[in-house]
Amino acid sequence: MESITPAQSAIPRLPVDELDTPPLTLWQLTWRRFRRHKMALGGVVIIILLFVYAFGGALLLPESVANYADTSMRLQPPSLEHPFGTDSIGRDVMARTISGGQISLTIGLTAVIIEVLLGILIGAAAGFYGGGLDSVLMRFTEAMLNIPEIFLLIVMAKFFGGKIPNLEIMGRMYSGSVIVIVMIIGLTSWMYLARIVRAQFLSLKENEFILAARATGTSNSGIIFRHVMPNSIAPIVVAATLGVANAILAEAYISFLGLGVQPPTATWGNMLDGSLNYLESAPWLWFFPGFLILLTVLSINFLGDGLRDALDPRSRAV
Amino acid sequence: METVLEVNDLQTRFHIPEGTVYAVNGVSFHVNDGETLAVVGESGCGKSVSMLSILGLIPIPPGEIVSGTALYLEHDLLTKSESEMEHIRGKEIAMIFQDPMTSLNPVLTIGRQITESLRVHLGMSKQEATQRAVDLLDRVGIPESANRLGDYPHQFSGGMRQRVMIAMSLACDPTLLIADEPTTALDVTIQAQIVELMIHLQEQYGMSMIWITHDLGVVAGLADRVMVMYAGYIVEEANVDEIFDRPRHPYTRALMDALPRVDRRRNRRLKSIAGAPPSLMVEPRGCPFAPRCVHVIERCSSENPPLLSVGLSHKTACWVDMDTGKAV
Repeated sequence: MESITPAQSAIPRLPVDELDTPPLTLWQLTWRRFRRHKMALGGVVIIILLFVYAFGGALLLPESVANYADTSMRLQPPSLEHPFGTDSIGRDVMARTISGGQISLTIGLTAVIIEVLLGILIGAAAGFYGGGLDSVLMRFTEAMLNIPEIFLLIVMAKFFGGKIPNLEIMGRMYSGSVIVIVMIIGLTSWMYLARIVRAQFLSLKENEFILAARATGTSNSGIIFRHVMPNSIAPIVVAATLGVANAILAEAYISFLGLGVQPPTATWGNMLDGSLNYLESAPWLWFFPGFLILLTVLSINFLGDGLRDALDPRSRAV
Repeated sequence: METVLEVNDLQTRFHIPEGTVYAVNGVSFHVNDGETLAVVGESGCGKSVSMLSILGLIPIPPGEIVSGTALYLEHDLLTKSESEMEHIRGKEIAMIFQDPMTSLNPVLTIGRQITESLRVHLGMSKQEATQRAVDLLDRVGIPESANRLGDYPHQFSGGMRQRVMIAMSLACDPTLLIADEPTTALDVTIQAQIVELMIHLQEQYGMSMIWITHDLGVVAGLADRVMVMYAGYIVEEANVDEIFDRPRHPYTRALMDALPRVDRRRNRRLKSIAGAPPSLMVEPRGCPFAPRCVHVIERCSSENPPLLSVGLSHKTACWVDMDTGKAV
């Protein structure tokens, strides 16, 4: 009786050591789900390459090169000497996309830190304490949401522009406008996150394990930071990731309008502004910074998508 | 014998959009040192709300503690501030909840959840707390406890999770343990194990225990004294033998009659109590059990009987003497 029926052979056999391995931790499970997401993995690779380009590239083409104007070399098309060409006053476009990339990526990350801090603070306070505080904070959030973000950005940029002096951090001069832009983007984008955090807190705080934690004498801050926050980390991480992309876009937008980071400090956004008059005659002026913005935003969005699936414990893709 | 907890005239209400819920209506009881008090009653009779009120775990609003005192070693818990209560909860008075599947935080390792109260209340270092956690898990019967500290709640079965909950509640060696239906969500064999474990641990730790349940079988095996609650009132209180041998309140009697028993005829139909418990949304007037009571007299509908002594440590709230069938 050696014959094996098709039904029997179709049963997958687990390798023996698979049964002996300890159960996976939450992060291992998350990584398993994440690496199935090819687009997100590609996004991560591109984001890493972009950071290497912007921060590593500065070793070869430092900011002094980016700001060096050789007026005899105005509007040169891409060549071996200037791979991305030169701009209207003869600066090397590649060097400017490198130092501009540092500013744009830094703005994206720091603006999101402000966004996340504000969003968590306001959302957590509203969701956890509820009642009158919740009403006040949520009406304020709705009021902020009701004003078009672009309008807020422009008004605040106009208002704060030029009021903050230039700063020197780690041997580099930063235009005060960079800090203004970071603040403005942070202050105009926290509302979405605050709502997510509030919704999370509202439902999580009703859980029995919160009552159990309180019954063991955990203080309010302990409940908020050690019990509710870890449970809502997934949507916060996803929103923050997508927030980076939005912040980079917002910076590009506001700088394109001439209200953002002021030259000579380069960003991908204000490089686009300078290329407006040469749309057809010198397409390399807008193509390279534009392409870098597109690549960054797209990669971050793929990453956010992958994280959303990977961090959702109900997701069945293991 | 020293009294650990003495509750007097506790009244808790909830003000919800539909009206006021009269959840607990003047409850008085005490727990002695090293004693197990069982609180029995059907769902919604105010068992849990009474205990949560004492620990200050009622959300205010909508909840309101209208009156009462809860003296824990002669300090009134109901007048303490939130931060004072944080030092009492978990350290002096611990609580175990009904459903072990939802009472543990799903994203924290059980090691972290057990050590948390050790570090908060006893100021232990991480190593000390971990050592103590391993010891606690051993005591509640979790095998290979040292290897399981890094595991998450979903890696434990229901019974094991309840053991973890018990370990958490015992962490700081509490004087009083309130167990809110700790075996209800478990299947019968696991229930028996948990009850056994709790009896054993109570002897070891010498703590007092309040055991909320609606399982009279568990009560018989575990309690020293029993308190029967109905619609936010205590209707009877007695030693465990007394309550099973000579129940004096019509509700307690009806409960006993409703118990399925091995020593009765098999084909006998199970008895139930006619009617339904009163709505808690109506301000109580008269005896709450009157509409369902077979011994009801005129006085019952207008006046609520007080909890009166009917024997040595036996109190009941009824206008009718069950033994003689006459009004008292």
